[in-house]
Amino acid sequence: MIEWIISILLLIGGCFILVGSIGLVKMPDFFMRLHGPTKATTLGMASLLTAAMVFFSTTQAGLSAKEILISLFLLLTAPISAYMMIKSAIHHKLASIERTKGKDNIEDDV
Amino acid sequence: MRLEAKFKWLPTPYMSLLLFIVWLLLNNSVSTGHILLAAVLAIVIPLATNPFKVKQPLILKPGLAFRHLMLVLYDIITANIQVAILILGPNKKLTPGFVKVPLDLTHNMPITILASTVSLTPGTVSAEVYPWQESLEEGEIPEQRFLLIHVLNLTDEEALIKTIKQRYEAPLKEIFQC
Repeated sequence: MIEWIISILLLIGGCFILVGSIGLVKMPDFFMRLHGPTKATTLGMASLLTAAMVFFSTTQAGLSAKEILISLFLLLTAPISAYMMIKSAIHHKLASIERTKGKDNIEDDV
Repeated sequence: MRLEAKFKWLPTPYMSLLLFIVWLLLNNSVSTGHILLAAVLAIVIPLATNPFKVKQPLILKPGLAFRHLMLVLYDIITANIQVAILILGPNKKLTPGFVKVPLDLTHNMPITILASTVSLTPGTVSAEVYPWQESLEEGEIPEQRFLLIHVLNLTDEEALIKTIKQRYEAPLKEIFQC
């Protein structure tokens, strides 16, 4: 039973990370590429870590909760790295695809 | 909004709590020794680092903060599924866009939290906070700030701004009382 739960969690995690990577390859411009890795991977990692937590809690003595910390740090750092990348992309005036709306909302930097 | 904590020896109560929990999680034990050590670290580290930090607004409504955290976690899960569907669908259907969201928040800390939640929730990544930090005088707090976000599939700009303001910004305003 436990093995089933772990396997399903691993599969879900793997799927989400795969989708995130597909998004990275498939999207037409930089700004859209950023969406896949920042979001799809956080849940993917969370389910992989939950699987690890279940595995170590059942096979070893005592509860294993360190993995919660890893998910917490991931949740904290994912938006910040995305923010730094998109900020530098805007600074370098990276081209976005033509049908992007509201491009005039971007202000020139000083 | 309050910048100073009630007790001098506990300048940032929730950071202390976080440090306490993180220490116990890192060591993966709840033995008396570790609880004592965690308590000492949770008091000493904020006391030692507080003089170096810029004063940030404190969480004044912890219950609401917890409820908001749960809401955001739930949204992260739905966001992942939504974005996965958008990514796997045809590219041609997506209409990306930049949206400028006017903010009621003025302080850096709540805006940072808002920007991070926006990045983690459905189809949006926060890109910039206007006006530029570099264009401001030292210590000057601008009256109106804007958050520039990139949306993967922009359908209704007004509705999106409204959701962000009501769902994520309003609770933050409550929590920090500013």
